[in-house]
Amino acid sequence: MPDAAPLPPLRASPLAAMHAALGARMVPFAGWSLPVQYAGILAEHRQCRDSAALFDVSHMGQASLHGPGAAAALERVALGDLTGLRPGRQRYSLLTNDRAGILDDFMAASLGDRLFLVVNASRADDDFAHIAAALPAGVTLERHPDRALLALQGPLAARALGRLCPATATMPFMAVAELDIAGIPVIASRSGYTGEDGFEISVPADHAEALAKLLLDQPEVTSAGLGARDSLRLEAGLPLYGQDLDEYTSPVEAGLTWAIGKRRRMAGDFPGAAVVRDQLDNGPPRIRVGLQPEGRAPVRAGVSILDESGATVGLVTSGTFSPSRDAPIAMGYVRPPHAADGTPLTLMLRGKPVPARVAPLPFVPHRYFR
Amino acid sequence: MSQTRYTSDHEWVRLDDGVATVGITDHAQTALGDIVFVDLPDPGRDVTAGEDCAVVESVKAASDIFAPLAGKIVETNPALADDPALINRDPAGEGWFFRMVPSDLAAFDALMDEAAYAALIAEA
Repeated sequence: MPDAAPLPPLRASPLAAMHAALGARMVPFAGWSLPVQYAGILAEHRQCRDSAALFDVSHMGQASLHGPGAAAALERVALGDLTGLRPGRQRYSLLTNDRAGILDDFMAASLGDRLFLVVNASRADDDFAHIAAALPAGVTLERHPDRALLALQGPLAARALGRLCPATATMPFMAVAELDIAGIPVIASRSGYTGEDGFEISVPADHAEALAKLLLDQPEVTSAGLGARDSLRLEAGLPLYGQDLDEYTSPVEAGLTWAIGKRRRMAGDFPGAAVVRDQLDNGPPRIRVGLQPEGRAPVRAGVSILDESGATVGLVTSGTFSPSRDAPIAMGYVRPPHAADGTPLTLMLRGKPVPARVAPLPFVPHRYFR
Repeated sequence: MSQTRYTSDHEWVRLDDGVATVGITDHAQTALGDIVFVDLPDPGRDVTAGEDCAVVESVKAASDIFAPLAGKIVETNPALADDPALINRDPAGEGWFFRMVPSDLAAFDALMDEAAYAALIAEA
């Protein structure tokens, strides 16, 4: 076998020492060493649905966009009404290419004097280079490798955080604010990736452990890893970039047309707008759907989806065992005639047919604080 | 008098009167995490040593289980269908996977004994 180029060393979270002390099992993910679980995925998943869980998501890419016209500049490469984003508000957006392929999904927040961006770890270098290349003179992108990101998620997250920082209690879903938690300056947004109420908290790396310990000291909170984060987001019907979204998938196919924004859709002034217009008028070639397999076997990414005649009509892109529903759940793409809720389909699992039905997303209702 | 041997795939094999009971070790169940489903072989199936014949699924991933010996599957653990977490709770006992009649008992003796297996997982 020829020598492979050595892999670069894994990057460590600012919370690496704390994870080790908590007995986390670390795994490589997107070039980082990250905790996949502490006590166990099922327990951590239930903790988040029942109380509150703290996730270290410091691998996510963070950056600020400075200068007059920052939002307009970002609209050159992303969809969504970013110039209409009011200070203190955050929006879900997508970077797209000229074929309407999704280059990444990300969060954009207005902090008044700047935009604050959070992108996927695996895409951060490409995203920020792509955005920087589109900026006019006077608008600058500043990456924040010196910041950690914590996600506090669950029905009791607001109670726990409100004890430390009362201003967070009244923030509505997708609000963002620069706050002080026990002397630590943070950027907190009321958002997350679990379907639950909660917060994502950007914090200077050298304060990350102090903040994490403060949050874990709250009786409602225990730590949770990437394993539970994946099963939680799947139950919430939220797509994962690299699995359910990629550069060959359009916002229309992915069911993310809502993220385009009315003004942008009418103006058609984002990369891939012509393809999006065509798919909105004539239908996309395939659509992201939820899938409910019969039985108890988890059906995971890569499994073929067949119709009743045995013809291949799609592909599973994410699947797991849902702790909340005590049953397998999956997501995938199917041709539009097979996308209606309740449509019977067959999943080919290790050569054996598993009956399934198209299921409405989310699998577990969202409980955002509005 | 039963004897227990181990494989490098972290399975245990207990031989009683020519019938081998197969499961995964405590080390293996710990590594897999919460087990939510097991796909077991049909009784009557002939297997070769090292053939994948069962699948164990945690929340996170699916893992193959290999036949530790050549022979015929004669029974599977009925309790695992409703309670796959038995494998986490009692991997060396109630969490057994299947029973088989080995075609060559000498192959059983060639598997690792407890001390050799303990040395294997101590290395990892």
